[in-house]
Amino acid sequence: MIKKTVADVREACEGIEDGMTFMLGGFGLCGIPENIISELVRRNIQNVTCISNNAGVDDFGLGLLLKKHQIKKMISSYVGENAEFERQMLSGEMDVELVPQGTLAQRCEAARSGIPAFYTPAGYGTEVAEGKETREFHGKMYVMEKAFEADFSFVKAWKGDEAGNLIFKGTARNFNPAMCGAGKITVAEVEELVPAGELDPNQIHIPGIFIQRIFQGEKYEKRIEQLTVRKRN
Amino acid sequence: MALSKEQIAQRIAKEVKDGYYVNLGIGIPTLVANFVRDDISVEFQSENGILGMGPFPFEGEEDPDLINAGKQTITALPGASFFDSAMSFGMIRGQHVDLTILGAMEVSQNGDIANWKIPGKMVKGMGGAMDLVASAENIIVAMMHTNREGESKLLKECSLPLTGVKCVKKIVSNLAVLEIIDGKFHLLERAPGVSVEEIRKATEGDLVVKGDIIEMKF
Repeated sequence: MIKKTVADVREACEGIEDGMTFMLGGFGLCGIPENIISELVRRNIQNVTCISNNAGVDDFGLGLLLKKHQIKKMISSYVGENAEFERQMLSGEMDVELVPQGTLAQRCEAARSGIPAFYTPAGYGTEVAEGKETREFHGKMYVMEKAFEADFSFVKAWKGDEAGNLIFKGTARNFNPAMCGAGKITVAEVEELVPAGELDPNQIHIPGIFIQRIFQGEKYEKRIEQLTVRKRN
Repeated sequence: MALSKEQIAQRIAKEVKDGYYVNLGIGIPTLVANFVRDDISVEFQSENGILGMGPFPFEGEEDPDLINAGKQTITALPGASFFDSAMSFGMIRGQHVDLTILGAMEVSQNGDIANWKIPGKMVKGMGGAMDLVASAENIIVAMMHTNREGESKLLKECSLPLTGVKCVKKIVSNLAVLEIIDGKFHLLERAPGVSVEEIRKATEGDLVVKGDIIEMKF
């Protein structure tokens, strides 16, 4: 067994520098690497490019980095929940690349899988396709999109073991698996870290080969963005 | 009377057939789930990674690890499955999802749709909308026929940045059900008490009216 465990979030984030590109898993506030984001805020790392489907809310998730003006560029598909984000984008303080959600996921997966580029129908004929190569296959038009290049992938899983194997829970899976192995170094934070052998190999979602560092997060707030419930009759 | 948002959803629900996998967008489309007949089998897909999406949880049973694409807490029905975003859009682009229902700011008579950006004003992002409209065979748009100023949103050409080109085939608005055929809006049904003339006035694009137009019943 090749051991991937590190002591804590500080050791897990060793080597991060100003100006780097990070991938961060999560959809809304669901399945985001909370402990790593706190560490990025604490280290006051500057001028970073973040690849993440969303940008958190004003006081949680990536919103915490935005508030401190640590982000130079965001690559996201939807940023509607964050007023500060919209302000920084419209004022030109921050550079933003909006990417169709499926293209965002595939650009991560392509990076992980050694595929430099691929064709997708998403965005053909729109401003997303401007300046990009387009091509016809079977009578339909497609846009060429390139794999991401990132220095670090930061992901969050439910359970993990010392070998870096990961299991996700519910819709907290989202972008996390596709980002594993997509950056040069993948750091996984988990709610529960167990010794190798305790997870059933049949149930592993992401094998440890894609993970370089794993640690158990100190605490998880797991904030709910839109609490919607129904009444019991 | 123009249709309420609930009635738009109710009318769209009639298009949902037995055995369909359906992706619902945010807003009016989300309401469609409430009106689908309960004697047919339908599974709702949410692009953040669930098939078999159920209703909102009972108070106190909400799970932060279980949300829909609108970031609302939900439940999973028996037979549900979870998957990652890459697989989710594989389902969508690979045309395994039978029906996509989404909202629009503008639709043009050749089927172009704009629903993600008002330059300099509202920039929230396209989310999964561009992937959905570029891939789905069967798209229904739920929308208001006119904006707050009374101007038509069914146009000859969209004025806003496009989400997709030549992809919309059917529209259910608060005034009518329309189909896009050969670059024109074809009127199929009208809202109760709304005349063909009123619909014509509210439609900037070319409107084709053939024969008697049935009035929707609720």
